[in-house]
Amino acid sequence: MDNIRALIVDDSSVMRKIVERSLRQAGLGIAQILEAGNGAEALAAVQNNPVDLILCDINMPVMDGLEFVKQLSAVENAKGVPVVMITTEGSEGHVVQALSAGARGYIRKPFTPDQVKEHVLPVLTGKS
Amino acid sequence: MNTSNSILSTAAGRERWLPTLQLAMQEVFELMLGCALTLPSEPPPEDDLEITSMVGLAGQLCGILTVRCSVRSAARMASRMLGVDAEKAGQEMWDAVGEICNMVAGNFKNKISGMGDGCMLSVPTVITGGDYSVHSMVNENLRTVFLFEGEPVILTLEVHS
Repeated sequence: MDNIRALIVDDSSVMRKIVERSLRQAGLGIAQILEAGNGAEALAAVQNNPVDLILCDINMPVMDGLEFVKQLSAVENAKGVPVVMITTEGSEGHVVQALSAGARGYIRKPFTPDQVKEHVLPVLTGKS
Repeated sequence: MNTSNSILSTAAGRERWLPTLQLAMQEVFELMLGCALTLPSEPPPEDDLEITSMVGLAGQLCGILTVRCSVRSAARMASRMLGVDAEKAGQEMWDAVGEICNMVAGNFKNKISGMGDGCMLSVPTVITGGDYSVHSMVNENLRTVFLFEGEPVILTLEVHS
């Protein structure tokens, strides 16, 4: 596991930076970070830039995270790329919705860097 | 910490939300900012609280959750969240306080059993300045003053229904 290219999707630039720092602290072999402010920007980003991992908020303007995950499966470049949701929407219903839409993991805000590693590592190593 | 679903609809039950609301705020500061909020032994002066972040709640619970603090505190919050000096974090303080408010609202509703799926959150709005009035059909108002690095931060949940 090395040279991982990750896309972080969140409408908050502060949250994108926190997630990036958590990923780098986790020692997951992150080589490149791309950022997007909503689902539509994220779809455009993955069409031109192949990534290995996507971390995505749910509540965002323009296109929310659930709709993004649904539409991602139609992007040739992104087939099979694991998506981990990072969101304040932590109810069981939201988790089920996200996993049904195609997400592979779910992290509730607030979170610690250790929790990011705990949820992302199995996804990257194919154990989730 | 979960609260019984049966208290959703009663005012008496909602009074019991205050400790849950306080816990939701304290957890956000501990996990995302790496610091503990304290409750003041006596009410601190509430001057210069010129940053107000608001998140709307709609559904089973309708209302507004707000976090108010000074510009100085907001910059320090952003500094802690980003791991940079407060001077460099200044431009990010509105986003930081908005995210804090958003996480407190989400953390709070996730702790109230049965509310998670029945209550939607708006994206946060942040207001700068203190010379404003908010008019809403408030039925109840839960309010707590915390101290963040010695300065007041006010958390309010205005319940509309």
